[in-house]
Amino acid sequence: MSRRRNPLGVVILAVIGLFFFTIPLIGLLARAPWSDLPDLLSSEIVLDALRLSLISSLGATALSALLGIPLGLMLARAEFPGRSVLRGLVLLPLVLPPVVAGTALLFALGRRGVIGEPINEVTGLVLPFSIWGVIIAAALVAMPFLVISVESAVRNLDPRFEGAAATLGAGKWRTLRAVTLPMIGPSLAAGLLLTWARAFGEFGATITFAGNLQGRTQTLPLAVFVALEQDRDTAIAISLVMVAISLSVLILLRDRWWRAR
Amino acid sequence: MTGLKADLGLSRGGFTFGVVLSIDPGQTAALLGPNGAGKTTTVETLTGLAGLESGRIELNGRTLDDPNHKVFVPPEQRQIGVVFQDLVLFPHISALDNVAFGLRGRGLDRRVARQRAAEWLDRLGVGSLAGRRPADLSGGEAQRVALARALVIDPDLLLLDEPLSALDASTRVDLRRLLADHLAEFPGPSLVITHDPAEAFLLADVIHVIEDGAITQVGTADDIRLSPGTKYAADLAGLNLFEGSASDGTVMVGSHPLQTADTSADGDVVATIHPRAISVHRSHPEGSPRNTWETTVLRVEHYGDRVRLQLGAPLPLTAEVTPGAVDALRIEEGSVLWVSIKATEIEVQPQ
Repeated sequence: MSRRRNPLGVVILAVIGLFFFTIPLIGLLARAPWSDLPDLLSSEIVLDALRLSLISSLGATALSALLGIPLGLMLARAEFPGRSVLRGLVLLPLVLPPVVAGTALLFALGRRGVIGEPINEVTGLVLPFSIWGVIIAAALVAMPFLVISVESAVRNLDPRFEGAAATLGAGKWRTLRAVTLPMIGPSLAAGLLLTWARAFGEFGATITFAGNLQGRTQTLPLAVFVALEQDRDTAIAISLVMVAISLSVLILLRDRWWRAR
Repeated sequence: MTGLKADLGLSRGGFTFGVVLSIDPGQTAALLGPNGAGKTTTVETLTGLAGLESGRIELNGRTLDDPNHKVFVPPEQRQIGVVFQDLVLFPHISALDNVAFGLRGRGLDRRVARQRAAEWLDRLGVGSLAGRRPADLSGGEAQRVALARALVIDPDLLLLDEPLSALDASTRVDLRRLLADHLAEFPGPSLVITHDPAEAFLLADVIHVIEDGAITQVGTADDIRLSPGTKYAADLAGLNLFEGSASDGTVMVGSHPLQTADTSADGDVVATIHPRAISVHRSHPEGSPRNTWETTVLRVEHYGDRVRLQLGAPLPLTAEVTPGAVDALRIEEGSVLWVSIKATEIEVQPQ
């Protein structure tokens, strides 16, 4: 394949675009209190938030995998009335402001919520203001990334592979496990990565639904928000941590999966 | 073992499909037809990837599909070995695991399944490629892996869907020989689905011609070659069929006259000339043939012990000669040759 050069105008605009993405980072790096960084980052607030962020983002990714993969498969393959409505519903969190998603969660799953109240009466469980609330809020806004990756990958998969598996004695579960999922592996991995990244950075739905309690629901983005009011150096330090973690995950994992393809 | 007895009925948006097949154990049948005739539907219904609307499938005495009695055995319980068109090897696992896949599904543990898969790859001459992914195999190698994958499960029925169509000419000859050997060895019924008459004629004991969703002729290769039931079958057999108008023993095909021995025919007729009735010469032939003209060789096709020549203007013809004749006359594409046909070899039928 011959590599074609882009017109100069495109190159110039692309460089400006790149600059657009780097300016915020430069701002952060320029103001970073480098010498105080170890102290700032080892504070209890930051460590609590880091722990909660890792647990909740991985938890939300796991929950998304459990529910989002089946949803993607259904949207891609099953024929049922109202499928486009269902797809719209699943994609809604992508366009809604997360704070609206959080508000909706509060009225549904909150202590006085439509579903939250009976859950609370039967089990005594209170979802908001708990780590479960953080995970649910993050999963709601992050899962659509997984659902659409799985759906489009399965749509593009030649159904004859699954047919071949069936003639070779594989039932539906084995076909899913041994053929369908491995064959959409790269898309699945990319979808999980995006889901995790979105959950890791989730703010609006979390603060609305789960609140901002240090050590219980205060994740890194929430901690930045609080610190910004009181202690700018801590806010910058936490932001740097988030940038470092996100960027390394995106570069390392993305590169591996894309090359594997 | 009683073989395959299938009466396949289905309609798909205006297309009515009704195919009856009966294949004895050890017999190889071919389903020969053009694209869109229902070959894919046959594969889908036999394997259970599509259900019948009417009819019945019975394999070795076991009913696989019988909509009238609400019997439907799903594909994974049918024990049918399939070599799919374009093979459909799983791209994400090795050749060995592709072959072992069907055994794992039948409850064998991984070690035993792989061992048996490796044996089959060896038998098909690709044992050294066991670790490769399908993408790293040549067309012929992938074909052998696909055949191993179909045979390793010890199927009740072997289905080969366009098994040679994806291969280049030189690989095709080797693979056809290999397929013929394995089809001869296979104890159950087998069905080769193809649009290529040479493939059908060379691999199958009996040929079912399928057109527009129905079987139009059943017979041996010779039956179909010598008395094709339809125009399609005649085309398949390479028979030369011309429409023309006859008077006084001469049939005008367009502006080209054919001298025939039949003086009784008059008006619109169909003239048929068997490919073997056409002789080719390097120079103007002397002798009795009444029809001689000069023409150009458009294509040379090798079919085992015969060679087919596609000849161009003034009258497009298919001629069949021996490889020896091709060598002796140094025939190649673009060669200019003389054609001769005895008047008695041209059959004239009123239309």
